[in-house]
Amino acid sequence: MRKLIFVFGLSLLTLAFTSAQGYKVGDKATDFKLKNVDGKEVSLKDFPNAKGFVVVFTCNNCPYAQAYQDRLIDLDKKYKSKGFPVIAINSNDPQLSPEDSYDKMIVRAKEKKYSFPYLFDETQNVYRTYGAQKTPHTYLLQKENNDLIVRYIGAVDDNYQDKTQVSNAYLSNAIEAVMAGNKPNPSFTKAIGCGIKDKAKRT
Amino acid sequence: MDVLRNAVITFLFLGFLNFSTLPWKNSVPVMNFKQFEPELNKKNDTVYLVNFWATWCGPCRDELPAIEKVGEKYKNEKFRILLVSLDMPNQINSRLLPFIKTNQISSDVILLDDPDQNNWIDKVDPGWSGEIPFTVIYGRDFRNTYNTSFSFKELDSIINQKLNSP
Repeated sequence: MRKLIFVFGLSLLTLAFTSAQGYKVGDKATDFKLKNVDGKEVSLKDFPNAKGFVVVFTCNNCPYAQAYQDRLIDLDKKYKSKGFPVIAINSNDPQLSPEDSYDKMIVRAKEKKYSFPYLFDETQNVYRTYGAQKTPHTYLLQKENNDLIVRYIGAVDDNYQDKTQVSNAYLSNAIEAVMAGNKPNPSFTKAIGCGIKDKAKRT
Repeated sequence: MDVLRNAVITFLFLGFLNFSTLPWKNSVPVMNFKQFEPELNKKNDTVYLVNFWATWCGPCRDELPAIEKVGEKYKNEKFRILLVSLDMPNQINSRLLPFIKTNQISSDVILLDDPDQNNWIDKVDPGWSGEIPFTVIYGRDFRNTYNTSFSFKELDSIINQKLNSP
């Protein structure tokens, strides 16, 4: 029993540590296995032909996430065929945000005809490992040998209000840079977003 | 002539701010970051609390009563609160103003309308990820930032200490 408590404490510590740290550009990202809105489990290893991934922590309920729904569909349409599919993940605790339940995710994915997986991070371990803080929060991963390297972290672009007024499409530019064999610049951006809803960090 | 023009503009602007402090506002000043930035850098005897929030942000809504209560408690001290709403500009009438009225918010509220967030988040504080709520409490000789949702007790003890530190 004592050993069990020790292991539990240790895993809590690890959680706290990863949650505070998360990935930086250049880090190796870990794969995951999460339930998609169609009921099937999805991992990054299920995409052997992909050159990388656009991993987006998003949700149903956040106005900023909603502002980017259509842009995620556009990104997937444009870059899936080029080897960089969008993988959307909802990490919100549905008890804190009922609009972000698995059932509501299914409804949203149908309504918006999502062309990409919309995965439920039920244990919230994936967002903690990646260090995502809010929705939307994007991570561009590139396959390198057998690793997934983080190439860009941040916002989709610099105008959440109006996609016709975007002057820097950070994420698309980062994908283009990676496809051309270059380092994205900027490789890290910040944006306002809704905090990911997690009982553990609620104060 | 320029002096006169500036005086008139200042007068109008002050009038606008005074108007905005009236309960319950039927408008809020809308600013871009450049217009708003002086609010983060005043140099005088007053203690300023600048809180970034939005009506759609649960933890922000949770702490507003504490901020309002502290504002009420220290209303006769050199203490000023500015609530910086990051609501969508097209939701001022549909969400922000009704929220202010329903919750009888008496602190000053502005709406920061500047989509180029990557450019200004670091100017508020390089340690800020962009997640809200986020609060800057500053005075002539200090500047502290907080990314937590305050309870009244926590905030009261911070403001009390800042106002009474020698």
